[in-house]
Amino acid sequence: MRLPCPICGERDHREFYYQGADVMLHRPDPDAGEAAWDDYLYLRANVPGDHHELWSHDAGCGAWLRVSRNTVTHEVTGAELATEVKR
Amino acid sequence: MRVDGKGLVDRTRPVSFTFDGNTYRGFSGDTLASALLANDIRLVARSFKYHRPRGILTAGSEEPNALVTIGRGPAADPNVRATVQEIYDGLEARSQNAWPSLRYDAMAVNDLAAPFLGAGFYYKTFMWPRAFWEKLYEPIIRRAAGLGALSGQKDADHYEKAYAFCDLLVIGAGPAGLMAAWVAAQSGADVILADEDSVMGGRLNAETLDVDGKPGTDWAAEMVATLEAMDNVRLMTRTTVTGAYDSGTFGALERVCHHRDMPKGGVKETFWRIAARRSVLAAGAVERHIAFENNDRPGIMGAGAVRAYLNRWGVAPGKAVTVFANNDDAHRTAVDMQAAGVHIAGVIDSREDAQPLGDYPIYAGAMVTGSQGRHGLESITFEAQSGTERLATDCLAVSGGWNPSVHLTCHMNGRPTWAPDIASFVPTPGSIPGMETAGACNGAFATADCLREGVDAATASIKALGMTVADVAMPEADATPYSVAPLWAVPGKGRAWLDFQNDVSVKDVKQAAVENFTSVEHMKRYTTQGMATDQGKNSNVTALALLADATGRGIPETGTTTFRPPYCPVALAALGAGSQGKGFAPERFTTSHAASVAANAPMIEAGQWYRPSYFPLEGETTWRQSCDREVGYVRNAVGVCDVSTLGKIDIQGPDAARLLDFVYTNMFSTLKEGRVRYGLMLREDGFVMDDGTTARLGPDHYVMTTTTAAAGQVMRHLEFVTQALRPEWDVRIVSVTEQWAQFAVAGPLARDLLNGILDTPIDDEAWPFMSCGPVSVQGVTGRLFRISFSGEHAYELAVPSRYGASLFELLLARAKAMAGGAYGMEALNVLRIEKGFITHSEIDGRVTASDLGMARMISAKKDCIGKTMAGRPGLVAEGRPQLVGLKPLGPVKQLTAGAHIYTPGEDAAPAHDQGYITSVGFSPTLGHFLGLGFVKDGVTRHGETLRMVDHLREIETEVELCNPVFFDPEGGRTRG
Amino acid sequence: MVELRAQTPLDDMAPMTIGTVTLAEVDLGVLTSIAPYKGQGKALSEALKAAHGMALPGPNRATGKEGARAIWFGREMVMLAGPEPDAALNAYAALTLQSDAWTAVQLSGDGAEDVLARMVPVDLRAASFKRGHTARSLVQHMNGSITRTGPQSFVVMVFRSMARTLLHDLQRAMESVAARG
Repeated sequence: MRLPCPICGERDHREFYYQGADVMLHRPDPDAGEAAWDDYLYLRANVPGDHHELWSHDAGCGAWLRVSRNTVTHEVTGAELATEVKR
Repeated sequence: MRVDGKGLVDRTRPVSFTFDGNTYRGFSGDTLASALLANDIRLVARSFKYHRPRGILTAGSEEPNALVTIGRGPAADPNVRATVQEIYDGLEARSQNAWPSLRYDAMAVNDLAAPFLGAGFYYKTFMWPRAFWEKLYEPIIRRAAGLGALSGQKDADHYEKAYAFCDLLVIGAGPAGLMAAWVAAQSGADVILADEDSVMGGRLNAETLDVDGKPGTDWAAEMVATLEAMDNVRLMTRTTVTGAYDSGTFGALERVCHHRDMPKGGVKETFWRIAARRSVLAAGAVERHIAFENNDRPGIMGAGAVRAYLNRWGVAPGKAVTVFANNDDAHRTAVDMQAAGVHIAGVIDSREDAQPLGDYPIYAGAMVTGSQGRHGLESITFEAQSGTERLATDCLAVSGGWNPSVHLTCHMNGRPTWAPDIASFVPTPGSIPGMETAGACNGAFATADCLREGVDAATASIKALGMTVADVAMPEADATPYSVAPLWAVPGKGRAWLDFQNDVSVKDVKQAAVENFTSVEHMKRYTTQGMATDQGKNSNVTALALLADATGRGIPETGTTTFRPPYCPVALAALGAGSQGKGFAPERFTTSHAASVAANAPMIEAGQWYRPSYFPLEGETTWRQSCDREVGYVRNAVGVCDVSTLGKIDIQGPDAARLLDFVYTNMFSTLKEGRVRYGLMLREDGFVMDDGTTARLGPDHYVMTTTTAAAGQVMRHLEFVTQALRPEWDVRIVSVTEQWAQFAVAGPLARDLLNGILDTPIDDEAWPFMSCGPVSVQGVTGRLFRISFSGEHAYELAVPSRYGASLFELLLARAKAMAGGAYGMEALNVLRIEKGFITHSEIDGRVTASDLGMARMISAKKDCIGKTMAGRPGLVAEGRPQLVGLKPLGPVKQLTAGAHIYTPGEDAAPAHDQGYITSVGFSPTLGHFLGLGFVKDGVTRHGETLRMVDHLREIETEVELCNPVFFDPEGGRTRG
Repeated sequence: MVELRAQTPLDDMAPMTIGTVTLAEVDLGVLTSIAPYKGQGKALSEALKAAHGMALPGPNRATGKEGARAIWFGREMVMLAGPEPDAALNAYAALTLQSDAWTAVQLSGDGAEDVLARMVPVDLRAASFKRGHTARSLVQHMNGSITRTGPQSFVVMVFRSMARTLLHDLQRAMESVAARG
């Protein structure tokens, strides 16, 4: 698999570290309550199809990316910098 | 036998090789298979299960029978297909799976027992008694079955991996592949053309067909030469594309040195990863057999293979050749053989309307029903319209039609489509994103169709790349349509073979259907059809057609098994290339490494780093003696230890303090410049991630220390926090672990030692405990931190790494002069256990700040990573294991890490588990073993006597729980 | 008294030629990682130009020339290689001394590309990776930096502690390429 790093260009997946769903971008407030924190840390949808997930370009530029990937076909349709997503 | 005037072998270059100890001659350009056939060797192997005599069936990588071992000793290579092994002077080949010899194989008795050994035999027979399986059945079966054996020695050869990139990867260099590459190259694309053969051209080298008015082989050679001269084309011969993966990634195995002696420094195979924007599959087709009784006798071969041996290698596999087929294509074999002067005994064609293409006896509407001959074919029996007849023949060329090589199109879940006109499967378009298919692998068998499809596939690919397609002339070529009438198996009673490599017969498939294994996937697993290393390339389609028959369904309805990577067998050595021995992982050496090794210190791995375990002195016979002495240096004089492996992260920017407050549980914004503070870092789920000290070097400048083990994890965590959670903060982080060589100087004489080498001496007032700042050593600017992991008056001195080796030497010389010296990991561990300091033995991912007795370190004044979840009821409830010290009581004085703690009188079983020990060491300072561990509500249980049980080492003792700080609990020595 | 003596990561290894490829340890001078603060990229580039004569390189590019290069080194990070960094740069970026953190070797000669194709999963052929191009990627199992400095010449950098592994891996690949003739 190859991932399109917005900074480095398309690169082999071995340069990347996988984190999981992009839910982790949206940290709840400290007082958001148990349910919100449970969702944030533990609950994942595991839907077949389009999926937004976090990858770190560890062996490349070091950027954290939000990659769009189809979990059925493995087609990667895009990647954006985590810093941009948060804007 | 060799046929004059035929073939592409170089007759001016004879080659000498051995097979089973006998020396034979062939020519440069021969494969082992063609050279053996030229020497009239037909029996080359024994089959997997029944040890039946087997010969060469095919002329390509699909060969199921002719597997041999090449070379000897550690370099021996088992299960090499004789059909792809090129010969060279000194090549040594041996047959496999036969004892005492290939001709007289004792295990051939299996064949007599065949009525009992059919499909499902193992499942039904070896069910009981259970204990017999491992001790009796399996060893016997393993001895009887099986192919070549590994040498059992370390592989002497090198393998490697490599990367390649292109716009268009063309897989297969037959007429379709060559045309596709030509169009793409002319259009300016960056092309890789890969073919598993040593010579490109595919079937053009095995046929006598013309292309563009010249012999096909000449046309191919000219095209290859033209392509080779182009800068934008890379030709990869002897390279099998083994798998198609996501995003246009392909695996390809290049056999670099199988065809010659290994040059110095050379590799046997290269496993390529090819990243291609588009691909064209032009992998050709594989001829299928027809099942009839004893259709596996040496001398019975594929009709296309017989033709290939003649046209490509100038070899006639027999003196009187018979052809048995259900299609026109096989008649070419008779025509070509006859033209070369080989006698054609007859052509037996199952089609009643079959017409001869030349002057040879033809038996239309006839079928071969049996074969005779002990170690090779002598005659066949066939049913003609006139009745049963027998024909003397030493080579039967069989063709049941051609199966397109759809394999790669199945590698990403694609399922091929049934094409009734060719009675086989063709690729389903779109099975591999970006891949076009062309030629025989697409079901187009006429040369003219192959050339045209090659052009079409390249045109589509070039357009998809957004490039302009170059106009190329379409060469003239044979356009004879392919005509086939399905014939899978000749009716009859005896055993008719399908999968030669796994010895699966027609009966086995029918038996599977009878026993209700009617799904093709179930039939496959029950009979092992197609489960050998050739993945049933010759036989799968036939087997499933027979299953369809047996279950009264159509073939499309029955479905097909698919293929998975690799297309051909790939040695693990090639897949794991670059990761053997030293290549397994980087070795990270500190600047003091050479000095430690010179001092005979055993080096232990800490992640990728190597650190000294202890520094033995002459006369010391156990590591404990060295360790005790080294602990003594630190407690009584001064010790020196390389601590450069700890992670060091430089943090700068207006929001640096804010970042630290967020990732640490405690405050760092309040830390004064020139001061150091211990910090605890949590994961977001509330468990401890890492700990370490962080120093404030300037208003917006900190340097963080992590543990050696977690350096990478912490760095990634900080990147995540700054990029994904708090991108608005202006803070910059970079690792400086490698910039600084850092040494702990610890012990009551630490400052005295330092003052002997620092350009400006230090004192307690300017350099109190937990202070830091720049210092100068012989004019070299370093950093000094007054921190302690031993509980003694201690410092860590850092200098740029280029000075590390000599600084270590200098520190050591000074320490020795003060009755101290170097200490290693063992002593470091004992020193920190004496003080109750934690490492990743304690913070193992299941431990909270509260478990460690550090709940107060979570600041109430701010949010931080992990704070919310650390307050979860489950993490603060009573009954959690808490950090305690443990001392042995009673006669057994040893504690062991990993042992569990129980209440005396209770069963030492999980239900009564009170906790566990994480770290132990013998304290020379206190004269007994010390342990750190976690015990239920341990903080309130100091003074209690419990029971330690190490079930693995069978050690048991009574222990007393105590304060984990065993030594100098007031900390006076650190500040002293 | 023991004198502090500077040692290079490969301890001044003599250049090694295998086949047509030569491997040599190189001294890139002072290494300073420069991480621009928010919104300071342009100002930093101008300051860099004024002080050291090269612009701030964009991603995957290196500016300057032998003796004074600015090599893009990752997201929001550039490595100044050669001169002592001008103090004026501190206003726009976090500067960190890295001279001793990296092993740098030069790989040159016909076939250098083939050697690197055995170690780096990036297309380093001249058509797509020209002089002045740089990449952060893997060098076998190590995170590294690869910069093309000439038609047949690359500078490869990995962490200092991995110098021996780099040497081992490069040597193996050089031997393999040479054996193919």
